[in-house]
Amino acid sequence: MAKYLLLKHYRGAPTPVNDVPMEKWTPEEISAHIQYMRDFADRLEQTGEFVDGQALAPEGTWVRYDGEGRPPVTDGPFAETKDLIAGWMIIDVDSYERAVELAGELSAAPGAGGKPIHEWLELRPFYAVPPTVTE
Amino acid sequence: MDEALIRGLTPTVLAILVRRGADFAAAEDAVQDALLEAVRTWPTDPPRDPKGWLVTVAWRRFLDTTRADSARRRREDQVEAEVEPGPATAVDDTLQLYFLCAHPSLTPSSAVALTLRAVGGLTTRQIAQAYLVPEATMAQRISRAKRTVSGVRLDQPGDVATVLRVLYLVFNEGYTGDLDLSAEAIRLTRQLAAVIDHPEVAGLLALMLLHHARRASRTAADGSLIPLSEQDRILWDTASIAEGVEILQAALARDRLGEFQAQAAIAALHADAQTAAETDWVQIVEWYDELLRLTDNPVVRLNRAVAVGEADGPQAGLAALETCDHTLPRHTAAAAYLHERAGNLTTAARLYAEAAHKAPNLPERAHLTRQAARLNATLNAAPKE
Repeated sequence: MAKYLLLKHYRGAPTPVNDVPMEKWTPEEISAHIQYMRDFADRLEQTGEFVDGQALAPEGTWVRYDGEGRPPVTDGPFAETKDLIAGWMIIDVDSYERAVELAGELSAAPGAGGKPIHEWLELRPFYAVPPTVTE
Repeated sequence: MDEALIRGLTPTVLAILVRRGADFAAAEDAVQDALLEAVRTWPTDPPRDPKGWLVTVAWRRFLDTTRADSARRRREDQVEAEVEPGPATAVDDTLQLYFLCAHPSLTPSSAVALTLRAVGGLTTRQIAQAYLVPEATMAQRISRAKRTVSGVRLDQPGDVATVLRVLYLVFNEGYTGDLDLSAEAIRLTRQLAAVIDHPEVAGLLALMLLHHARRASRTAADGSLIPLSEQDRILWDTASIAEGVEILQAALARDRLGEFQAQAAIAALHADAQTAAETDWVQIVEWYDELLRLTDNPVVRLNRAVAVGEADGPQAGLAALETCDHTLPRHTAAAAYLHERAGNLTTAARLYAEAAHKAPNLPERAHLTRQAARLNATLNAAPKE
């Protein structure tokens, strides 16, 4: 039982195989894509492997501390930034192999022409709870 | 309502229904209904025999539901025909429930969830909180597990080894919130040991007690790890250690050694030492050799290398480590430790940092990072040659 974060990126990942921007798809293709993601999450809920998931807006702001008594410094948004996270899903699965299998399935979401987009997804393990046995 | 009484009775009642031939999922529904009925009526009209009352109400409930479902008519006939007339001991019922919940057709996480639910009598919410997943997720996991084992008739004895693996998984999840899963695992293993006479059940119970006894000394108030050699042995629970050792000795005397007994023997040798320096590392290495004969597990081989380092010196430990699988998560950490003891501080500092990067949890990462920082500070303070 291990938790993994599946990260979708707007950009920053290698170019997907079926690389047609979403605004060039037909409305039906977009619907099919969204339905695929929804069905995927539903299936995970059924198998008891779903923990959480959200989509993120592309706009983001960089914030940092600027010293005692001063407001935090903000910068951005960075439209030219290399990496933007589009959304995430957390799964709780029995093995790494299962996590890869599910990420592969999510990456097969249909895009232009109804063909899988082969989108790259980032798969990151969570730090586990420390086990009882430590020596 | 006495919650402890209910928690103790629920699995027993469930086991009786399952043994009488009720489908697992249907039996659980019926028991839940009986519990609701109990909550309603017991405060004003307490039964003389709570267990008998629950069995009667749950069984009636199960038959009603089964009858109401005409599509299940055939199975109902079969069930009624197969009810055993004679009184069966509660002991066998509970054992069957353990076997059912650890059925090989279930994935480990499903088996764990079902065991905690059905044998442990915990609520779905409690289990979900312990595993840090939403309640709906855990509810699905449990109901899938129930569907998987529904229809499984246990006419042949189940596999004790699988049950023990499931209980050990629960134990190792440790303490994550309101629910202490280690204590829960000990409670369930104790219950199992009472109904089955098997040296490895005793071995696992002893192992759990011995590890659990040392828990208070393992972490500092801020949650950081304290290695065994630096633990305050005053904090060890001597009563649990004594009980664990006694159970282990009785099991070993039967001369049917198994993996858990050997692991418990190693834990007992640690628990037996008044100070870290007094640890009998030679005997610990011997037990690791026994363990390797039994399992040939790569993690055991790695732990053995560390023990060899203590018994025969760091060079011997490093030589033993060379024969271990280098991809194991803690291989680098063990190498760092042995190199430090051998006086190779620069190598040790580098390996500690590398091990921190590979650590599987935050306290371990923090611990290893601190080790690297400590050595780097020493190296920087030393006069340059």
